[in-house]
Amino acid sequence: MSTKYETVIGLEVHVQLNTESKIFCGCSTEFGKEPNENTCPVCLGLPGTLPVLNKKVVDYAIMAGLALNCEIAEYSKFDRKNYFYPDLPKAYQISQFDLPVAENGRIEIETDEGIFNIGVTRVHLEEDAGKLIHEGSIDKSKGSLVDYNRTGVPLIEIVSEPDMRTPAQAKAYLTELKMIMEYLDISDCNMEEGSLRCDANVSLRPVGQEEFGTKAELKNMNSFSAVEKGLEYEVKRQRQLLEEGGEVVQETRTWDESLNKTISMRGKEEAHDYRYFPEPDLVPLEINEAWKEEMRKEIPELPREKYKRFVSELGLPEYDAGVLTGDKDMAVFFEEVLKDYDDPKNLSNWMMGEFLRLLNENNHSPFDSGVTPLNLARMLKLIDEDVISGKIAKEVFEKMYNSGSDPETIVEEEGLKQISDEDELENIVDGIIAENSDAVEDVQNGKDRAIGFLVGQVMKETRGKANPGLVNQMLRDKLMD
Amino acid sequence: MNIYDLTIHELKDKIAAGELTPAEIKNAYSDRINEVEDSVKSYITVTDQLADQGLAAYEKKKDGLLAGIPIAVKDNMSTDGIKTSCASKMLENYKPPYDATAVEKLSEAGAVIMGKTNMDEFAMGSSTENSAFFNTHNPWNLNHAPGGSSGGSAAAVAAGECAAALGSDTGGSIRQPAAYCGVVGLKPTYGMVSRYGLVAFASSLDQIGPITKDVEDSAIMMNVIAGHDPKDSTSIEGKKEDYTEYLKEDVSGMKIGIPEEYFNLDFDKEVKESVMAAVEKLKEAGAEVETVHMTDASYALAAYYVIAPAEASSNLARYDGVRYGLRSEHASDVSEMFTNTRHEGFGDEVKRRIMIGTYALSSGYYDAYYLKAQKVRTLIKDDFDRIFNDFDLIVTPTAPTTAIELGSKSDPLEMYYTDIFTVPINIAGVPAMSVPCGFDSNQMPIGLQLIGPHFGEGKIIQAAYTLEKLLNIKDKRAEL
Repeated sequence: MSTKYETVIGLEVHVQLNTESKIFCGCSTEFGKEPNENTCPVCLGLPGTLPVLNKKVVDYAIMAGLALNCEIAEYSKFDRKNYFYPDLPKAYQISQFDLPVAENGRIEIETDEGIFNIGVTRVHLEEDAGKLIHEGSIDKSKGSLVDYNRTGVPLIEIVSEPDMRTPAQAKAYLTELKMIMEYLDISDCNMEEGSLRCDANVSLRPVGQEEFGTKAELKNMNSFSAVEKGLEYEVKRQRQLLEEGGEVVQETRTWDESLNKTISMRGKEEAHDYRYFPEPDLVPLEINEAWKEEMRKEIPELPREKYKRFVSELGLPEYDAGVLTGDKDMAVFFEEVLKDYDDPKNLSNWMMGEFLRLLNENNHSPFDSGVTPLNLARMLKLIDEDVISGKIAKEVFEKMYNSGSDPETIVEEEGLKQISDEDELENIVDGIIAENSDAVEDVQNGKDRAIGFLVGQVMKETRGKANPGLVNQMLRDKLMD
Repeated sequence: MNIYDLTIHELKDKIAAGELTPAEIKNAYSDRINEVEDSVKSYITVTDQLADQGLAAYEKKKDGLLAGIPIAVKDNMSTDGIKTSCASKMLENYKPPYDATAVEKLSEAGAVIMGKTNMDEFAMGSSTENSAFFNTHNPWNLNHAPGGSSGGSAAAVAAGECAAALGSDTGGSIRQPAAYCGVVGLKPTYGMVSRYGLVAFASSLDQIGPITKDVEDSAIMMNVIAGHDPKDSTSIEGKKEDYTEYLKEDVSGMKIGIPEEYFNLDFDKEVKESVMAAVEKLKEAGAEVETVHMTDASYALAAYYVIAPAEASSNLARYDGVRYGLRSEHASDVSEMFTNTRHEGFGDEVKRRIMIGTYALSSGYYDAYYLKAQKVRTLIKDDFDRIFNDFDLIVTPTAPTTAIELGSKSDPLEMYYTDIFTVPINIAGVPAMSVPCGFDSNQMPIGLQLIGPHFGEGKIIQAAYTLEKLLNIKDKRAEL
């Protein structure tokens, strides 16, 4: 019988913090500026310049540490990580080696297979490097250009324990991290823009064996799906190797999206010796209780707690709670509406249906549209009070979305009020009966479905305004006596 | 006396009395540079334009402490738009886009900046012979070295090519050349003067300080350059002192320690005698002098030659040919560009220290070298603190000998040993001053080192000022 293997995955996630200025100088961190516009002597590492720590960056790192249930260091320091690369102007990166800001945390994730606790080894601060730019492809370009705008943009690196056993768990962990960062509002977490980056350590071991197998480090997975696909490929590759009696070599591999496979970048022998040592240009960081407490107060309800509360207190299905809390703005919007409206499930249907459809179509986030939480609450009340039909409501909603008007005004101006007056409907219903003798006959012969057709005709005639329940009742009264 | 022989305070007095104008002073110093620079070679760049700018700004800055005073700056301090080469081929054509904080403070105080002085490449050396460009000559004897690494600054002051200069001191680079050139050199407490704009050699040890013709000038210069700088996280926050308040001839009751372990080292007899004679004078003036016991200075030297190269290996890694400075023409890919640029751009001593430092930080060696050296550093600091619990100052020679002859020392270890008295002070982070105390039989100056506790610059100035009066040699100038 062949050996069964267990996958072991750990992730190293880099999160760009969305502070206004860089970690060690006053330059802007704004994305998309002209190359080298956001630079100064300090972030260009000109001879004689010195770093000065941006306090906000430490604030954010403490918040991240707390949100990931870490212990916050009372005493932390910066170290230099030395290596040569053209995008690294000092030829060392200021990072943290043995005394990171936060350690020993964990987060809860959920996949189809259940709920898992994933350990967070550490959260440390560091500065980002610049970017090499090539004309055309790298091998055909006449030279390399360097854009140092990103140099010195603050990063936190979040290192997980090797606690994940499937690529799906890794994806769920990364998703949970992203949501937490978004809830904290400390990062844009945009994988395409590089404000969220993920490397993975992957190894396999025979089930039951405690010792880890030889790992490969996987880089260049630039989207959530790439993380999952890259890991799946790598697990398959390693399993195949082991099953064929081969050995996994310790190496760094890169995920090639176009080839759909991982490719070896460098082996163990070529691994860097970073020669870490304490950064003499910065003083150690002391984080006292008061600072920690101040940051704790800044932390909002986090996605997992919110999810659980939506299920237990609001009675939402898990699926709804998941979609709504999956995006911070969506959840905030949802709760705003609930201040003026008390049917969470009905609201959830609207948010996940019409609202999400329009947001996706327009590439908007919830607060970008013309719909305010209060107006959505008022519209839902109009439906509940039979002022408008559910169908008309969709029309009203789209108008609210585009114009920003309130639902009452739209209903009034467009004459969309539901007709619930029997007298008003009487003629129309009679007319439809007269025009559709076949359907009338069917109804009278007991074909109940035909009544729906007749209701539809009345709705059409009234351009959706007739109260469908009332029309149904009137038709039954007239045809079934 | 010639104008170029005058001290800062004398020049200030003459300007105040209307006897001299800043323009006359500037011209006198410019003439002096033209007269002696060919034989002394203190300057890498004579900054006529900068001096003229300083002069032009005189009216606006005439209340400044250095209004109209000609000052030289070591070529490892950034000067906006003016070559800052660190005496290295690597930065031969590098013009920084900003001023170092210390340079900015000089300008704000009205100084007339005469030029950028020669030095050992990236401040690594003890004779200025490691300059990639040329040797500087000791004004007292042109066949001798001015010391280093701030040899150009010390020689310029001694030769009257400026009224005072800024140097930088990582292991003695202000004090040792000051001793060799018969001038006053002060290394302040670590963090007292901003390092912003000082091209880093060993960040945890580097400190800018003044080289002056007398102690009073040193106090004036400190009043200008000391103080917290938000651009340097390691600069000390605290109340600014007026160092001229310490210019008192009074050492009565001052407790001075003489560390036996330092005086037992193998060094020049004439230096020892001269220093002891000066100590005797202080005693006669009322100082309480006692022998003390301290950790052998050789441990400090060993720790220094691990820590300083380790930091240097990282600090100098940025010279890779990508952004500024030299870029090798002989490279077909990035890795070759890095290697060849550094091969062509750095001199032997710089390469030696980068290699030592890289080795000391490498995995597998870190604990045995870097970490061990840091532990030694802590012990040395504690050792100084212990002495300063009971003593105001410690006195040692500044250097084991007077100025060496140019080209006389080719063994790097022998050269490193010349720092034996000065290095422990940087390791401990405390302030120390070299003040002239006499001459050897070849008429070469001898320096005495006064070491104080953290923030003890005031006490040092007071004792040095007293000594200067007692010895009455400060007006003696090198004859050129």
